[in-house]
Amino acid sequence: MRKLFAAILLALFALQAVAIDTAPAFGDPVLQARYEKLSRELRCLQCRSETIADSNASLAEDLRRQLRELIAAGKTDDEIMTYMTDRYGDYVRYLPAVKGNTLLLWAAPVLLVLIGAAAAAVVIARKSKLPDDDLPEDDRARTGMDAP
Amino acid sequence: MTIELGHFALILAFCLTLSQAFFGLAGAAWRRPHWIALTKNAVIGQFVLTAFAFGTLMYAFYRNDFSVLYVAQNSNSELPTIYRLAATWGAHEGSLLLWLLVQAAWTLAVASFSRSIPEVVTSRVLGVLGLISAGFALFILTTSSPFARLWPAAIDGRDLNPLLQDPGLIIHPPMQYTGYIGLSVPFAFAIAAMLEGKLDSVWARWVRPWTNVAWVFLTCGITLGSWWAYYELGWGGWWFWDAVENASFMPWLVATALIHSLAVTEKRGLFKSWTLLLSITAFSLSVLGTFLVRSGVVESVHAFASDPKRGLFILTFLALCSGSALGLYAWRAPLFRTNTGFAPVSRESFLLVNNVLLVGATILILLGTLYPMFLDALDLGRISVGPPYFNIAFLIPMLPLVLLLAPGMHAGWKRASYGRTGVLLLVLLIVAIIAAVTLDFAAYGWHSIMTTVGFALAIWVGLAALVDPISRLRKGHSLSAGIIGMSVAHFGLALFVLGVTTTESYRQETDLSLRPGQSAELAGFQFTMTRLGDVKGPNFDAIESEIRVTREGREVAVLHPQKRTYRVQKNPMTEAGIDSRWTRHLLVSMGAPLGDGAWSLRLQYKPMVQFIWLGAFTMAFGGLIAAFDRRYRSRVTADAAVAATTRAKTAAKTA
Amino acid sequence: MVRYLIPVALLAALLAFFFVGLDRDKETLPSPLIGKPAPQFTLPRVGDPAKTVSSSEFAGHPYVLNVWATWCVGCRQEHEALLQIASRGEVPIVGLNWKDEMPLAEQWLQQLGNPYVATAFDQEGRVAIDWGVYGAPETFLINAQGTIIHKHVAPMTLEIWEKEFAPLLDQTAGRK
Repeated sequence: MRKLFAAILLALFALQAVAIDTAPAFGDPVLQARYEKLSRELRCLQCRSETIADSNASLAEDLRRQLRELIAAGKTDDEIMTYMTDRYGDYVRYLPAVKGNTLLLWAAPVLLVLIGAAAAAVVIARKSKLPDDDLPEDDRARTGMDAP
Repeated sequence: MTIELGHFALILAFCLTLSQAFFGLAGAAWRRPHWIALTKNAVIGQFVLTAFAFGTLMYAFYRNDFSVLYVAQNSNSELPTIYRLAATWGAHEGSLLLWLLVQAAWTLAVASFSRSIPEVVTSRVLGVLGLISAGFALFILTTSSPFARLWPAAIDGRDLNPLLQDPGLIIHPPMQYTGYIGLSVPFAFAIAAMLEGKLDSVWARWVRPWTNVAWVFLTCGITLGSWWAYYELGWGGWWFWDAVENASFMPWLVATALIHSLAVTEKRGLFKSWTLLLSITAFSLSVLGTFLVRSGVVESVHAFASDPKRGLFILTFLALCSGSALGLYAWRAPLFRTNTGFAPVSRESFLLVNNVLLVGATILILLGTLYPMFLDALDLGRISVGPPYFNIAFLIPMLPLVLLLAPGMHAGWKRASYGRTGVLLLVLLIVAIIAAVTLDFAAYGWHSIMTTVGFALAIWVGLAALVDPISRLRKGHSLSAGIIGMSVAHFGLALFVLGVTTTESYRQETDLSLRPGQSAELAGFQFTMTRLGDVKGPNFDAIESEIRVTREGREVAVLHPQKRTYRVQKNPMTEAGIDSRWTRHLLVSMGAPLGDGAWSLRLQYKPMVQFIWLGAFTMAFGGLIAAFDRRYRSRVTADAAVAATTRAKTAAKTA
Repeated sequence: MVRYLIPVALLAALLAFFFVGLDRDKETLPSPLIGKPAPQFTLPRVGDPAKTVSSSEFAGHPYVLNVWATWCVGCRQEHEALLQIASRGEVPIVGLNWKDEMPLAEQWLQQLGNPYVATAFDQEGRVAIDWGVYGAPETFLINAQGTIIHKHVAPMTLEIWEKEFAPLLDQTAGRK
């Protein structure tokens, strides 16, 4: 129990220091932007609740170095992500891949908006056919109609 | 000895919560005035005893009593006094006791400020709140007691996590809990309405101020959490979509939907089952949040030490609490169907869409947070869902919401007729688009279409929020607190959107190394390290660098970032140096020494980031104003009101 | 009115998931390398940096790869067990010294005993990344065909060896 607590505390401590790169930034701003974007999509596996951009764990440092080398070698974003997931699994991606087991996750935003819109439309259509008199029991509650 | 007294007091408090629950619910069901009266006594007794129990724990921290296990785990004799006291809620057991105390305080508030509510209703509400308190008290007593002793006593404590040694710890958790637990009040009112079988506009008027105040606290709590993480961690981020952050944000979204749904129920007696469902869901999400944080079922940096046994208890509590509420809902909701309607374009329909979008956003966040757990439970793999996903997913329902806000807030009840206001809104939209494009090209430089959209929406909503109050003032009408509050809150949202759009589009950062005498440039500012030295704090040692910031030769700020090592736990921590202006923040964080007196530094430029928290606090302020509308503060008791109405009706009949 | 039952049904489903989710081990990450060929490497040898250790040396027979470091507390804990497993002589244990200092590693093996037939020195951590290492200690079992068939994260014990590694070893031996 105490060990668990200590482990959590340690993880918390490691969180607090910002991971600061000692290697120089890319000269090409496009490459640097890709580096910053991808390093925020990869999860640090030692400090689990940080990206490799933010974590100062030694593994995060190594993975940032690896990321830098892969970008410099001309790999595409997909190839880099595949490199990482080949070694660490899908867990290392903070932006989930679009695969069989994440279809629901990616479809959800659009699905919800469509279903929500449809449901709202149905309800509004029904309600617009009903009379808009006030309910009698609410006489004593009636406040001015211009109040919010 | 005192801690054992505290323990005993908690056991007594638990017994009183049971009697509060019994007398409250049975007294109302069987219409026994004596039992209803006893409920109020139980509430007072329970509050006093819980406060006493909490007090003994805080006293143990104050006295550095390391024979109490919880104190030994979370405090240290070198810890500054104020943090020793705040450490009472720094970990799982103590924070639960705080939860219980806040619940008792809310219950006392409901008992004290319910003169205009029929006793039968108040009694039921207090009864339900008693059941909730009983559940948490039992949880503490059986699985998470902060009163355990450590024998032999520790010579000194393990110290409070350095991250928590900050004013944020003093304010953020109490405020957050006040918000979470405040949502138990509309929950209890919903149960009371379902048990009684009566839900009308008057009920909505009772519930609105309580919901508003709870929402205000929750808004402040979340905003403080974001702000605290930002400056404490020096990382420049203000929201990470971490499971615990989401756990606080979901009840907030549902509570916002509830506030708006209550407006419809009060005004037109509609959306009754929606309002019931939202009341139940809001508090259920609070309980779910506490489950997620303490059970280890999702991974999170904020989580307390995870323990499946505790997780099982809260899960059972959630099942009983929400399950019975939703079961009651399934049984009673058909009673509340109405046959009144509204036009397709009306305030009601805008609020309906508002609710759908807010609930949709909540479902998306819940799905994203729990998805890794779902897949793992079904053996379909281990994945992560992080900020890149949430940032996209959340925006999808939020864009239409903010877009519809300007016309929505001016829609009339039953049937919206825009007339001159409609023209004004269109004009303001054009103004907003022009201003947005100007900001884009002239002020900051083109970024993307999303940036322009963000600017335009923020400006449009901000201007639209001012239209109603200004036109009323010009016509000489009075402004009720409700109208002022609504306008302020919506204006706050506009400020928030402006802050987020600007910061996320135009922020800059760079990592580099500097030694004393060297300079670097970022976003037009020069950062020069002038010196590097040692600093001794009360319970830490630090290396501090002085960074002089200039712009076009003129000095703008002098920052003192530190790299601290806390003496007891020996962990390094970064204190960022921040120059805060309303137009931008400049942050400098120290990384690691590189030898030769050089240090790695991160420099960040965050334009308009302060508007994010300003906007959120403005929203909270608006909600507070609205809660004090005159119609909620009627001095007439409920029975007198009924008597007056009956007299009026009789008079009308005989006339 | 069936639709009023939907919320409570959704709650029940959610609670069921939570109930299952409570018991899951969140710490250990499953390795995507199980069933894949072991990544090849050639690294300096601990104890004799002029020479190298290469994965091709162990091709053709099953072997165990143990990732360790002198800064790792769990590695100290498992060292006894590793010595005992090594003394049985059933399968060679190859060490991968991760993000460490050569003199410290040599001293460690001299003082505490050396269960490894050879130890590769991976100071930069590149080989470890290829093997999907995210913490120390980690122990891999590779079969005679050069495929990784098992990975254990956390300190090795004799119990875990008997329960997880020995049966798999017997299987591959039986298959040959």
